[in-house]
Amino acid sequence: MRFTRTSQMLSVAAIAVLSLSACGGGSTESSTEAGTTDAVIVVDGSEPQNPLIPTSTNEVGGGAILDLIFAGLVSYDADGKPQNEMAESIETEDAQNYTITLKEGKTFTNGDPVTASSFVDAWNYGAAAKNAQLSSYFFESIEGYDEASAEGSTVETMSGLTVVDDRTFTVKLSQPESDWPLRLGYSAFFPLPAAALEDPAAFGENPIGNGPYKFASEGAWQHNQQIELVPNEEYEGPQAAQNGGVTFKIYQNDTTAYQDLISDNLDVLKTIPTSDIKNFKNDLGERSIESPYAGNQTIAVPYYLPNWEGEAGKLRRQALSMAINRDEITEVIFNGGREPAKDFTAPVLEGYSADLPGSENLEYNPEEAKKLWADAEKISPYDESQPLTIGYNADKGDHKTWVEAVVNNIKNNLGIEVEGKPYATFKEARTEATEETLTGALRSGWQADYPSLYNFLGPIYATGAGSNDARYSNPEFDQELTDGLAASSVEEGNEAMNKAQEQLLEDLPAIPLWYQVAQGGWSNNVDNVEFGWNGVPLYYAITGK
Amino acid sequence: MAWYIVRRFLQLIPVFLGATLLVYFLVFSLPGDATAAICGERGCTPAVIAGLREQYNLDQPFWIQYLLYLKGVVTFDLGTNFSGRPIATIIAEVFPTTAKLAIMALVIEAVFGIAFGLIAGLRKGKLFDSSVLVLSLIVIAVPIFVLGFLMQFLIGVKLQWTNPTVSGDATFTELLLPAVVLGLVSFAYVLRLTRTSIIENVNADYVRTATAKGLSRKRVVVVHVLRNSLIPVVTFLGADLGALMGGAIVTEGIFNVNGVGNTLYRAVLNGDGPMVVSIVTFLILIFCLANLLVDLLYAWLDPRIRYA
Repeated sequence: MRFTRTSQMLSVAAIAVLSLSACGGGSTESSTEAGTTDAVIVVDGSEPQNPLIPTSTNEVGGGAILDLIFAGLVSYDADGKPQNEMAESIETEDAQNYTITLKEGKTFTNGDPVTASSFVDAWNYGAAAKNAQLSSYFFESIEGYDEASAEGSTVETMSGLTVVDDRTFTVKLSQPESDWPLRLGYSAFFPLPAAALEDPAAFGENPIGNGPYKFASEGAWQHNQQIELVPNEEYEGPQAAQNGGVTFKIYQNDTTAYQDLISDNLDVLKTIPTSDIKNFKNDLGERSIESPYAGNQTIAVPYYLPNWEGEAGKLRRQALSMAINRDEITEVIFNGGREPAKDFTAPVLEGYSADLPGSENLEYNPEEAKKLWADAEKISPYDESQPLTIGYNADKGDHKTWVEAVVNNIKNNLGIEVEGKPYATFKEARTEATEETLTGALRSGWQADYPSLYNFLGPIYATGAGSNDARYSNPEFDQELTDGLAASSVEEGNEAMNKAQEQLLEDLPAIPLWYQVAQGGWSNNVDNVEFGWNGVPLYYAITGK
Repeated sequence: MAWYIVRRFLQLIPVFLGATLLVYFLVFSLPGDATAAICGERGCTPAVIAGLREQYNLDQPFWIQYLLYLKGVVTFDLGTNFSGRPIATIIAEVFPTTAKLAIMALVIEAVFGIAFGLIAGLRKGKLFDSSVLVLSLIVIAVPIFVLGFLMQFLIGVKLQWTNPTVSGDATFTELLLPAVVLGLVSFAYVLRLTRTSIIENVNADYVRTATAKGLSRKRVVVVHVLRNSLIPVVTFLGADLGALMGGAIVTEGIFNVNGVGNTLYRAVLNGDGPMVVSIVTFLILIFCLANLLVDLLYAWLDPRIRYA
């Protein structure tokens, strides 16, 4: 008797809970149903860390939005080839003086025309020290950058930029750089309407652009929730919207987003969470994608560590590199979601070569590794009291698993003491790298800003470069970089870059591990999902079903 | 009574000062330069870093930074976070969602916990009692993220009764699932507390007297047994309300709820000092107020308790 009454009560409670939650399901499904090209696509995003001003955005959350609402002089197609957007032509004879002509009749969504000043003023704003824009260093090649960007400087313009007329301006660089036009599709080089410079803070909340999409309305950026974009009817160009809008839904973690994807509440997920890497192809079948993009993972071993300097340090770096079984780690840990590295750049880039002289240093060869280590011992003995650590940040990106695998590889093959060293936060690791207080190696990932070999070399390995964690300095390498930049064409430049890479492959200031592969998926509601050269889906090309 | 309340409010001032100082100091002493988080993997130029440090007073010594912060609080200006957004606006955005979630969880755990506890207590040793005890033990033993992911997967993904995540609107139906998960662990505690308390009081002298007086069983149970058994439960619920308002970081993360917990988590990751201190201070105040409310409820539950 009692048993029945109890179970009755439980079932009543259960039914109450279930029926209430059932109400939730019904009301929310309508949003993603629509025809083919007027469907609103719901994609995953992360909260932009800064106001949506091109030069103050340096992370992917804001970058994805900016790339859709702005159009620069050029944009990149799926393979990373530049295609003209606002530019009619970009001409140069000496790779140092450029004349840029704009197309006629282009406007911002508030009706303002896109003129030469829209670019020049925006770039000057980005470079001037008083505006403290995070991406200011992108303008470093332009003449007059040093004056405008020096600490405390009140100079507001760069002398290398001159407006000729409404549709023409010239750029003078401080040295010839053949790959400079390749950079012009990066967000820092986007134009800004006059309104932006009058009140940057307000503009950053409700930006006005000239790209394939625009904000659905004032306040379309609902912080930490979503950002609604609708097609910009005025836009004509290679990235014209094939759908009725893109809504970025902001997720705190990929695991949650994945649950939404497999229940068709989210249309496109650009990163499959680590915990689902093993089964996402089963879950999604045809709706999953693995697409290599311009990014890599390396381990930098600083030159200022006593064990790792000079000739002995070089041999030890080579030994480390050969002790790592990249094929096995990419297969076992990433389930094929990474490609073993053969150089310092990435395979999707023009000019990439997988068999540069010296690339054998990146192949698994435990015998040779032991030999190199022994050779280094003869030059100067390894100080065991300062064992090698491999640092990684534990807050984002799930690096622990592969770092442990690399550590075991090195331990087993070289018989030395190695340890993974987690940093609680990314900034802690970065601070040590900047202040030269690292006590061991540090993992570092690089994702291209623009599709060029130089972007993987100059900012990381040139003497005194901003991201040169290893504090590598090799005059020969620097010279080859400079020569490459001065080359008259991108092809010649790439040859020189690869020549410079041979130097790196011998010195190994950082040990390249693998190239990144975007692993993503989409829902039953959408079609035509393709990932670009930088691992970001081509949002404008996605259609509804 | 009024004097008691005023005194309790005055006590909030030293609590506020101590808490902000402590939290501010902890955030200040976190290793790593805050601008490194803003600049990301590529770093910034020294001029930009200097500009940022000036903007957020990071170039000042600890005491000046703290006093500047206090000055802001007193003038109702909490300043901006590292993304340049006013902190007061952010709290105003996320707090209502967390409050809704917390109150729903509290109602669920209180109603079900007390009801089940009462029945279990009155039928001590019977089948319902034992099965409920075992069930609550399981709920307590299983970590909350396991419960969260499990229920999200079963109800949200497999059965599709509700969305697996909460949208920006955070409607009642969307919040129901996270509220159940959030309330589940405390539900088990409330149930066990109520049950023990009831068992104790059922055999008390005043209950026997009430029964002997000829009162109906219903009246004896509800007015005499239950009301007096609620004191430990209310203490627990009060403390729990404070904790729930603090945002359940794990649950909010699983269900993508844009609440206090998630905001705090992000701020800690970014080393966003002003944001962390403001949220934590706000939470401490809420916790103190919830405790005050509990203390006042005692008098209502047990007339023997008086305030002076």
